[in-house]
Amino acid sequence: MNTAILIEYLPLFAKAAVVTLKISLAGIAVSLLVGLLCSYIQYFRIPVLSQIVQVYIELSRNTPMLVQLFFIYFGLPKIGISWSRETCAVVALVFLGGSYMSEAIRSGLEAVEPVQTESAVSLGMSPFQVMRFVVIPQAMAVSFPAVVANIVFLIKETSVVSAIALADLMYVAKDLIGNDYNTQEALFMLVMFYLIILLPVSILSSVAERRIRYAGFGY
Amino acid sequence: MSNEIQLSVKDLVKSYEGTSEVLNGVSLDVHKGEVVVILGPSGCGKSTLLRCMNGLEAYQGGSITLNGELVTKDGKNMTALRQKIGMVFQSYDLFPHLTIEENVTLAPIRVQKRSKEEASKEARELLERVGLLDKKDVYPRQLSGGQKQRVAIVRALAMHPEVMLFDEVTAALDPEMVREVLDVMLGLAEQGMTMVIVTHEMNFARAAADRVVFIDQGTIVEEASPDEFFDHPKTDRAARFLKTFTFESKRTKG
Repeated sequence: MNTAILIEYLPLFAKAAVVTLKISLAGIAVSLLVGLLCSYIQYFRIPVLSQIVQVYIELSRNTPMLVQLFFIYFGLPKIGISWSRETCAVVALVFLGGSYMSEAIRSGLEAVEPVQTESAVSLGMSPFQVMRFVVIPQAMAVSFPAVVANIVFLIKETSVVSAIALADLMYVAKDLIGNDYNTQEALFMLVMFYLIILLPVSILSSVAERRIRYAGFGY
Repeated sequence: MSNEIQLSVKDLVKSYEGTSEVLNGVSLDVHKGEVVVILGPSGCGKSTLLRCMNGLEAYQGGSITLNGELVTKDGKNMTALRQKIGMVFQSYDLFPHLTIEENVTLAPIRVQKRSKEEASKEARELLERVGLLDKKDVYPRQLSGGQKQRVAIVRALAMHPEVMLFDEVTAALDPEMVREVLDVMLGLAEQGMTMVIVTHEMNFARAAADRVVFIDQGTIVEEASPDEFFDHPKTDRAARFLKTFTFESKRTKG
């Protein structure tokens, strides 16, 4: 492996990492919002909406992200909706991530024993107070590992956006391999950059997870 | 105990969808300061009756009133009304993410908007009374079943309820821990708290009750003073029920 080439590639990969990070952050943030909304609809079994959410979740979890991305980027313009590459990438990530986040959050909400709600209600708490002070704090502790696993999963899934010529890490690596035939160096940089992004997330999550457990959550 | 009726149940009918009636026209008046113990075989509807009294279950007929105000599951003003009706459940249902003191002060602070200082001062006094002041900063999982149940009683008391409902609060406890919980309840009874208790502890029922109500198959079969009920039950059904709690030795000596 040639060190000079690695150094030459560094700024290119750094720039691409920014693209990957931007799409990841936007996609994850909106996924969490969509997930919260969907999980609450499911948890409270709101009629009609919860059926719609169920269809969305099955559709989203049982189709590959590449297919979803192609559908949004190549399919939607045919019916008059055309977005920029970045928007398409974020929307695709949210379409995938929203359902995973929803399931992770819902499993936390449902892990809280019904008698917890009942005893809060019998203390005179309003439905909002029951959620805010009793259900959500306990649900968060249960959901946390799954939510973080989804965050890692979604960052990795962003590599798919190279398929619509968005200059993320994956795209730059493929581009450099095609141009310069420096396959080893390009792949090495690719792996390193994903590790640089993902390892801290994983480490932080395991620390946070332990903290949450020690703080007295759970039985 | 006064003559003033505090909690009144009239012709209560309750059924779950698609099943027969769980409560079939139950009427019961609880006077201020009275301790009513409800007895009956499993599935007779006694827990359901208690849950209706707190508006946790909807009912199909009749009415429940506290000081003349209607108690229903989705009624207006139920959050205010429930504050006057304390309830303790069979399972230790403390909030596991909060310390003992926070468990007790959560509702006074958030629901009744009392100051943090005042609420925690009272919480400490109440915890002291049940001998658990030294546990105020630990989490529920560090307590025994009996200790948790005493905290659950304190948590309900901190809301200054007018009536306390106890739903088989010792049923899930180890035998040695039953006593400490029942002692707390006896203490409350002596202080004149209005209480409705569902229990299987016959000796306790006899000691604590002003009146025993025996329910079977969704109706009140017998209502009497504890001595009358335990010594001379009027109905066959009650006599048979009481017999299940006595044992005769099968061993012959020699």
